[in-house]
Amino acid sequence: MKNEERHHKAVEELYKIADDIYNQIEKGQIPKMQIPLRSKKNIQFAPRKGVWKYGSLKGVRSAKKMKGAYMLLRTMYMLEFMKDMVANQKSSTLREMYYISEGWGNAKFGSQDESNNLAEDLEIVTACMREDFKLRPEEDGARVIGNITLEETNRKGEKKRINLRDDVGDSGYGIPYNVETDKINLIDCDAKFIMAVETGGMFDRLVENGFDEDYGAVVVHLKGQPARSTRRFMKRLNEEMNLPLVVFTDCDPWSFRIFSSIAYGAIKTAHISEYLATPTAMYCGITSTDILNYDLPTDKLSQQDVRALKAELTDPRFKDRFWRDEIELMLKLGTKAEQQALAKYGLDFVTDKYLPEKLTEIGIL
Amino acid sequence: MTNIAEKLAAQQKEISIAEFFEKNKQILGFDSPTKALITAVKEGVDNSLDACEEARILPDIYVEITETTRGEFKIIIEDNGPGIVKRQIANVFGRLLYGSRFHAIRQSRGQQGIGISAVVMYGQLTTGKAAFVISKTAHQEVAHYAKLLINIKRNRPDILEEDFKVWEGKEHGTRFEITVSGRYVAGKQSVLEYLRATAIVNPHVNITFKDPTGGIINLHRVSEDLPKETIEAKPHPEGIELGQFMNMGKASQHRKLTAFLVNEFSRVSPRVAKEICNKAGVPESRSPKRMSLEEGRAIQKAIAQVKIMAPKTDCLTPIGEVLIRKGMRNVLEGLKPGYYSPPVTREPKVYSGHPFQVEVGIVYGGQLPRDQPVEILRFGNRVPLLYQQGSDVITKAIAGVDWRRYGLEQRGGKGIPYGPAIIMVHVASTQIPFTSEAKDAIANMTPIREEIERALRLCARKLKTHLGKKAKRAKTQEKFDIVQILIPEIAEKAASIVGKPVPKLGKTVTSIMNVIWIDDKLEYDKKRHKGEIHIYNYMAVKRKLNVHTILPANSLDKKKINPEPSEIKGDKITWKLKGIPSTEMFTISFELTGLDKNELGDIEIYISDINPTHVIGAEPLPGDWDLDERGQHSLLAFDDANGEEYEDDIEDDDDENGMDYDEATEMIEDEATEVISNEE
Repeated sequence: MKNEERHHKAVEELYKIADDIYNQIEKGQIPKMQIPLRSKKNIQFAPRKGVWKYGSLKGVRSAKKMKGAYMLLRTMYMLEFMKDMVANQKSSTLREMYYISEGWGNAKFGSQDESNNLAEDLEIVTACMREDFKLRPEEDGARVIGNITLEETNRKGEKKRINLRDDVGDSGYGIPYNVETDKINLIDCDAKFIMAVETGGMFDRLVENGFDEDYGAVVVHLKGQPARSTRRFMKRLNEEMNLPLVVFTDCDPWSFRIFSSIAYGAIKTAHISEYLATPTAMYCGITSTDILNYDLPTDKLSQQDVRALKAELTDPRFKDRFWRDEIELMLKLGTKAEQQALAKYGLDFVTDKYLPEKLTEIGIL
Repeated sequence: MTNIAEKLAAQQKEISIAEFFEKNKQILGFDSPTKALITAVKEGVDNSLDACEEARILPDIYVEITETTRGEFKIIIEDNGPGIVKRQIANVFGRLLYGSRFHAIRQSRGQQGIGISAVVMYGQLTTGKAAFVISKTAHQEVAHYAKLLINIKRNRPDILEEDFKVWEGKEHGTRFEITVSGRYVAGKQSVLEYLRATAIVNPHVNITFKDPTGGIINLHRVSEDLPKETIEAKPHPEGIELGQFMNMGKASQHRKLTAFLVNEFSRVSPRVAKEICNKAGVPESRSPKRMSLEEGRAIQKAIAQVKIMAPKTDCLTPIGEVLIRKGMRNVLEGLKPGYYSPPVTREPKVYSGHPFQVEVGIVYGGQLPRDQPVEILRFGNRVPLLYQQGSDVITKAIAGVDWRRYGLEQRGGKGIPYGPAIIMVHVASTQIPFTSEAKDAIANMTPIREEIERALRLCARKLKTHLGKKAKRAKTQEKFDIVQILIPEIAEKAASIVGKPVPKLGKTVTSIMNVIWIDDKLEYDKKRHKGEIHIYNYMAVKRKLNVHTILPANSLDKKKINPEPSEIKGDKITWKLKGIPSTEMFTISFELTGLDKNELGDIEIYISDINPTHVIGAEPLPGDWDLDERGQHSLLAFDDANGEEYEDDIEDDDDENGMDYDEATEMIEDEATEVISNEE
């Protein structure tokens, strides 16, 4: 679909929502909206796509309750705002929209999370992407280094060819928020796998140690929970360049969630999991087993950590044997470890010993 | 053997009562210096109040404490009572167990006549200083004073000095000065707390207190009504102890046992007296003077088997609901509580032959501390009980009530509840069963405990009704916001997006509200209470209903009721409203005259002839209302089990498919706090 068409369709879908609310009020009903329940209770595995999607449970947002009424009012304001942006050929970032909502009186949001969430709700209800509504996230600065050549259309409309190893500095190539074909074309690649790294410190360590060149790795910095564009970019590399994706994170409950959102799809964005998730992604570490095997320095689990782990035990995405064992072991040990813990054995330990061993174990090397 | 017996006999000498008490100070309430000081003040004030009330004088009490030397305090208690005649002063203050109330069966503060003389003795034991008493009766030209000590061995007063004296500006009254060793503290168990508590249950008393720092605290009288005069009653046979029974027999002027029983006990008819004698196997003609111990015991046993009418209860003078409310407001207002639950005065009941009566008041919310156990104010015959809280029947009764249903926290539904509340319990009786002579705590007698529990539940239910009303109002307020602000805005925006005219909202509004909302307003201005009841019909159709309220009929200004009530029956006023159209409001207004501001608190509104779940802001009219002949309103008619059937939340609805959309609690946060969220 061309851009124009997509925006047109999005506006039509937005109109349908407003029309539905209008008709309910006209009939004297209490206005309400149905939205798939965005919780771990309502995600299910879609075998054909290999990712987790929303199930059939719906939540009702009804004006009968204060909260529901506020959300409906905000929805109306947001619809109007999006409609106007499409009409005026403008776009805004999520953050800008949040600040614009300051002027929406009763429909003003309490936090940006709320407005982001509502934008996602609208994606789900309309089956459009937020870009179709002219909304985009902020640039997030996730970085890549590796022997890949791509063609990026810059803001002047020129196509620039960039090699992500030779044409970039030490901080790598910054992934833009739009990584679709209208913006980025993957041209060539001489690498064996993608190494997605949670922390900036570890990214820099791998780059400094020349890990990308020595092992044919495309090193991606996730910056914590990866943004949609980072996940989409890795998925494209995985599918178009046939590069297996390996995830390397800290050893704590939150890192497990990073992996699951890359491999299985995040709960928040389960409506577009097939578009963002890489089902063949592999987890290389750090695991609780590694803590034992490599005798790594650890920190104690906080109460929040324990709660998060217990929540993961009831998360269907973590249902397989490997995760269950790791989560239970972590609870049993009561400890977690950072990627940097490997430095206990020297700065080169991670690239000389740990990663080669782990990558061999999972069949990459 | 003989030797030893002789030896022992030589050591055994008569132990005087005074000597005994010297060795057992704690049972009189002098076990610690702090407590001794409070007890001394308490005995003096109790005496003054009893004297004033007996003489039907509104009491003005002056209490002063000064530290004379370190650890020694001079206590002055002065009243405007009837005064004590000269020849009695020494006996009243200088002789233990001397008093007029010891044999009287009536409700009074002092029961044993131990009090004030024990204070004199304590002072003399700890400081060696004599008591000073000056008293003047209205008949006497001048006052009379005495300085005295107690002869501990003989239990007789030693008068050191006495004479007539001019008491400037005093019509009648008594002033008592004593120096005791003690410790003055502020806080929970203190003289000031005792006086404040006294003022709560004695709203007819004026108390002025000068503390050792020279600070003056005035507790003002808020009622001009003296408590109803207590009537002396003959003892009821069921409550009598064997020893007392035998003593009465010995002292009796009657020659026959039946006459003795009929005339010296209450509720004993000649028929009952005969039955007792028959059951006991003691001849009716037996002289009570010659009755043997065995016979006495048999009679006592027979008394328990014979059906005797419960004792008369008119010898009790409860404080009453209105005065409890006034008293609590007067003293507790400084703590800024949020709500005074209407107090409960129960009907008199009987425990082992003694009538007693329970009263309860609860103060809730506002600035009272939320995270502490509730404060308990205990009273026996209008006297504050400050010590031994744990062993008191009042505490046990409070701990036995499940307060969780009344909005207080209580682990496991047992024990002292936590929350912003002060619970006041008053037990009045001709014979309060104290756990010790110090009269710190009331013994755990089952009938008393059960009666206190009933009163607590009743009062707590009123509190809960109030809180429920508040919560329901808050909920309704929310709905008001939805229908008045949010729905119109949603409709407007939706209409603007789709480019159609703004739809009519009436039906949506009534489907959201779907209630009759009742609220009330009460203002006090120029000695008039002006009240309004508003009834909003937020239901989809026209509704009729009956609205009832309880207002003191005597104070109602009949010309200022609008509309004309359909019925006025005692204090209950009924309006039968023909029908309020959907989305319209109806107002009832009325005025009352001649009441004090505090005499009317919340307006109690009841409804009937409509499903009560449709109504917010009023309770359903109790079904057995009209059976309550006293015209006494409200929840006494409910008693325990009923009353709560309609308390279900009006919220029948919630989400159609039972699934609330709540991202905050449902979602596993992929971006949890620990991981820097990057996505947006």
